[in-house]
Amino acid sequence: MINVELSNKIGKYTTFFCAILIITITMAIILVIAYKGLAIFTRDGVSLRNFFLTTKFNPDATPPEMGAATFIAGSVAVSLLALLFSAPFGIGLAIFMAEISRGWERKIMQPVIELFVGIPSVVYGWIGISVLVPFIRNNIGGMGFSLLAGGIVLAIMILPTIASVSTDSLRANPADIREGSLALGVTRWQTILMVMVPAAMPGILTSIVLALARAFGEALAVQMVIGNAIRMPTSLLAPMNTMTSIITMDMSGTVMGAVDNDVLWTLAFILLLISVVFILIIRTINRGRTAMR
Amino acid sequence: MIGSRNSERIATAIFYLIALLVSVLLAALIGYILYQGLSVINWHFLTAAPLPYQAGGGIGPEIFNSLMLLVLTMALTVPLGLGVGIYLSEYAREGRITRAIRICIESLASMPSIVIGIFGLMLFVVIFKWGFSVISGVMALTALNLPVMTRLAEDAIKNVSPDLREASLALGATQWQTITDVVLVAAIPGLVTGIILSAGRVFGEAAALLYTAGTTTSALNFTDLNPLSNNSPFYLLRPAETLAVHIWQVNSEGLNPDATQIANGASAVLVIMVLIFNLVSRWAGNWLFSKKTGQ
Amino acid sequence: MFSSKRGLGLALSVVLAGSILLSGCASNSRTSPAPSTSGVSTSGVDFTVSGNITAAGSTALQPLVEQAATQFMQSDPNAKISVQGGGSGTGLAQIAQGSVDIGDSDLFAAAKLTAAQATGLVDHQVCVVGFTTVVNPNVTVDNLTTQQLQQIFTGKITNWSAVGGSNLPITIINRPTTSGTRATFKEYALGGLEEAQGIALTEDSSGAVAKAVSGTPGSISYLALSFASSNNTVKMVSLNGVAPTNANIISGQYPIWSYEHMYTKGDPQGMTKAFIDYMMSPAVAPLIQQLGYIVGSSMTVSRTS
Repeated sequence: MINVELSNKIGKYTTFFCAILIITITMAIILVIAYKGLAIFTRDGVSLRNFFLTTKFNPDATPPEMGAATFIAGSVAVSLLALLFSAPFGIGLAIFMAEISRGWERKIMQPVIELFVGIPSVVYGWIGISVLVPFIRNNIGGMGFSLLAGGIVLAIMILPTIASVSTDSLRANPADIREGSLALGVTRWQTILMVMVPAAMPGILTSIVLALARAFGEALAVQMVIGNAIRMPTSLLAPMNTMTSIITMDMSGTVMGAVDNDVLWTLAFILLLISVVFILIIRTINRGRTAMR
Repeated sequence: MIGSRNSERIATAIFYLIALLVSVLLAALIGYILYQGLSVINWHFLTAAPLPYQAGGGIGPEIFNSLMLLVLTMALTVPLGLGVGIYLSEYAREGRITRAIRICIESLASMPSIVIGIFGLMLFVVIFKWGFSVISGVMALTALNLPVMTRLAEDAIKNVSPDLREASLALGATQWQTITDVVLVAAIPGLVTGIILSAGRVFGEAAALLYTAGTTTSALNFTDLNPLSNNSPFYLLRPAETLAVHIWQVNSEGLNPDATQIANGASAVLVIMVLIFNLVSRWAGNWLFSKKTGQ
Repeated sequence: MFSSKRGLGLALSVVLAGSILLSGCASNSRTSPAPSTSGVSTSGVDFTVSGNITAAGSTALQPLVEQAATQFMQSDPNAKISVQGGGSGTGLAQIAQGSVDIGDSDLFAAAKLTAAQATGLVDHQVCVVGFTTVVNPNVTVDNLTTQQLQQIFTGKITNWSAVGGSNLPITIINRPTTSGTRATFKEYALGGLEEAQGIALTEDSSGAVAKAVSGTPGSISYLALSFASSNNTVKMVSLNGVAPTNANIISGQYPIWSYEHMYTKGDPQGMTKAFIDYMMSPAVAPLIQQLGYIVGSSMTVSRTS
């Protein structure tokens, strides 16, 4: 029988060790990606202007052409398009669940949202390729593989994020501001619009940022439906490319340390930086909020 | 200007419409997957090995690989996540290390899974020379699932009533005894619910596994159960394509004449598994909660 | 009560310890010599080895390797051979880094790897494969000259009517730059001219190209003959009047072909050696011809790079 005091100490240090381990793992991943991500500029001598502002991407050519503008623009375009499609529905659903539904509707919508989250991203990509792409090709135009297809698939994937986080935020509003507004004779819809939503705005903004982060980071579902053509996303119906999809397609064909490998790490580093920026934005949005409670 | 009465009714109608549309969308998606896939699923499909270039293959090894990777990942992340969760909720004081831990958890949680996948490719597949293997996949999934498990553990522990904790300490138990015998036990319903739900997510993961566990699997020989033998399904260094990766691979390599049916069937199996995980997590949570509280 | 938690901890340490042990065994078990007893078959191939190897790379070669592997595993139940695609670039990159046992490639290593990256790679040329321009079956053009191909793939010609077909926009479907099929096509059909960027759909593999071309009206792409000739959902197009047949390749009239390489890191041993021996043995020759590849020894022309 282990001495009780000793087990107390062991417990404390074991859990502390776990905490240190998680710090180590995270820092290792971030530092390695940063190191490899910067190699293209420091070791391979590609200029910042070349990388961010040119569109020709051919690592095999001599000299290697490293323009990543198409990927960055593509990621931004498809994520913003997805947000455009899904934010109204997500926030609307949140308002429905938090303000309008009476209980039984919420009991149905809650599992609905959880199921949306649960469907794996490959399945969304597969449905995109087997249903959405032919639909777009036959009824709207183009090859079907397009910015539009990517935007729609991503919109469905980020909808539950917006809905659930916004719902939580709306429900966290103190009840008295609603009661007060209604007592003053304001209608329910006006109360929602002018009181509840603004009060929950930090949470709603957080949900949008989280959804954007998810959209930027999605790889397989997007890669299956956008056609992977290296061009700027100028048209809704033309194929395009994103940072995640070029990483997915080219990574295994490159050797560690070679230029064509380094450029993919740089894209991964940019994705990392984007998610860090999003975390900081979320923290900034919510800084006043916790003080309020 | 529309009267506020009318705008009230219109607004309410719009919101109900939105909720209806979303529900219909989900029903359509799941309905489509099940409709297309259920006709493909039979015992042979669920147990046979994939035939790389012919029709009539199955997804048996892929299902096994998904489950095996899930179990191994959970075995690693549950203790680790619990450890960090306990530390954060019981021992940590507000300070630099605690802030660092929280930032790390948030960063790890928001990392795109493809980035973790290529990190795994570099470290486990190439540098450690484990190749495309079970163990490479498990490591990548662990990095992915650890922040989820940590948050889960911390929330579940924080939700335990402080009275329980104080009562235990008042009775003379040490802090560690209180944690293991009182707090964790009380947190079990929340923990179990969360673990099963996160298992659903791990089961469906593909991007992190594409370049770690690989896009191929050997036929599994269940008569050899020795983990150190090359032939065994439990050999950790064998390539281990999972169900989710298989859907991507079947579509990307296009060698099977019946690729569409396989992808449909595999999608249906994936969705059914997620549904099962969701349901089981609810029931398990409710059952455990009623056992603990006698309600 | 929490002995189960200690049990979990025990399980965790076992898993970790096991994986550390295995990482030590890792490099060994993949290349260590097999305990070969007396069962070496008369063709020189050892069917008694046991082991777990992975081959990855060219999707043009993949059907042959898959089927040969199936046959090999039937003769040797203890063998486990996994075959992945990913393209010739993947095959070369992964074998150079040692993360697979065999790298399949349509290209010589020197075409994609630097000398430093390619050190130690041993080439085994298992057969020859031809490549052809393929179009969607409803395209009426049967022949394209080199110049026409160049203009199509650089985006200067965008409608089939400009090359003798009907009024249908040309949809180009291409492969990633890591593809061996694409590199071979560029070298011998396009005269080294680089495809214009951004005007085409990109597909991951030969199989995906075959599916995409058959389903997209007005599409054009390039594909290995092993796919195109057995697949009547795509239509093959002659180059400069020469039909893309294996006979024309053997005689040297049709230039779009390459060796199919299976690279190993160092001389192959154990399971890898057995399988490579099998691939190079006469036992596989009927399979090579049946699947639309060309047996290397029947070629009358050769290349060194």
